[in-house]
Amino acid sequence: MNILQTASHRLLAAIANLLAEKGIASAQEVAHRIALTDAASPAQGARMVARAWLDPDYRALMLSDGTKAAEAEGIPMRGLPPLGVLEDTADVHHLVVCTLCSCYPRAVLGYPPFWFKSAAYRARAVRDPRGLLAEWGTVIPDTMRLRVVDSTADYRWMVLPQRPARTDGWDADRLAAIVREGDMIGVTFPAG
Amino acid sequence: MLSPGTHVRVRFDWPETRGPCHIRTPHFIRGAEGVVERHLGRFPNAEDLAFARPAALLDLYHVRFDQPAIWGEGRAGDALVIELAETWLEPT
Repeated sequence: MNILQTASHRLLAAIANLLAEKGIASAQEVAHRIALTDAASPAQGARMVARAWLDPDYRALMLSDGTKAAEAEGIPMRGLPPLGVLEDTADVHHLVVCTLCSCYPRAVLGYPPFWFKSAAYRARAVRDPRGLLAEWGTVIPDTMRLRVVDSTADYRWMVLPQRPARTDGWDADRLAAIVREGDMIGVTFPAG
Repeated sequence: MLSPGTHVRVRFDWPETRGPCHIRTPHFIRGAEGVVERHLGRFPNAEDLAFARPAALLDLYHVRFDQPAIWGEGRAGDALVIELAETWLEPT
């Protein structure tokens, strides 16, 4: 039998059975993890960002321990890679890429956008990041330094963007509603 | 453990030319010089985990590189920040 020609659902069933037989993961545990993965969405990360914009203590927690900050928002992080949070300021902008594969802060943002795994994004993010961002309409001012964070190993990274002007007095829900997926990996700025 | 600010060089090594392997150090950064930003923790060696071998805990660092210096183009001051295991770093 050629494993490359075997129907994928049969391979999946075989692996699931082996995991269960060897006591590594039961069918229930696998189903639970799939449900958590499917439930994750950028709305979770956006809640964290909005709270950090309003609450200095939460902001400090988020920057020092992203995993704890996510858990404080009720996001399940057990057994997942540690979350690091990159703070944008008036002087520094961050962009997240995984040049080796597709590491992405799925626990807090859900599935990555399709282009995040593309060879073009991965290559250009490290070689010509300002040119790449300009194609999104994200023009990084000359006065701002750009830090491209390549997720090569054990951490997953998200960006805490700057709070837009003209949002004074907004509550957490209203702030969270303007934070998009791209804002939290640095390809766009929150619109405000 | 390397402290923040330590200047390091990424080993100029190509294990993939010697046989099957799994590497979390990008091609474009091998041989480059950078600065340790911070220690990120200790994690099992991914190069062994990938082959289900016993994996020693390694110090993992966030290392900053001058982006224009890597490519010979770009804007001065821009940086690449990469997670690298201690086994890939040597002092300069």
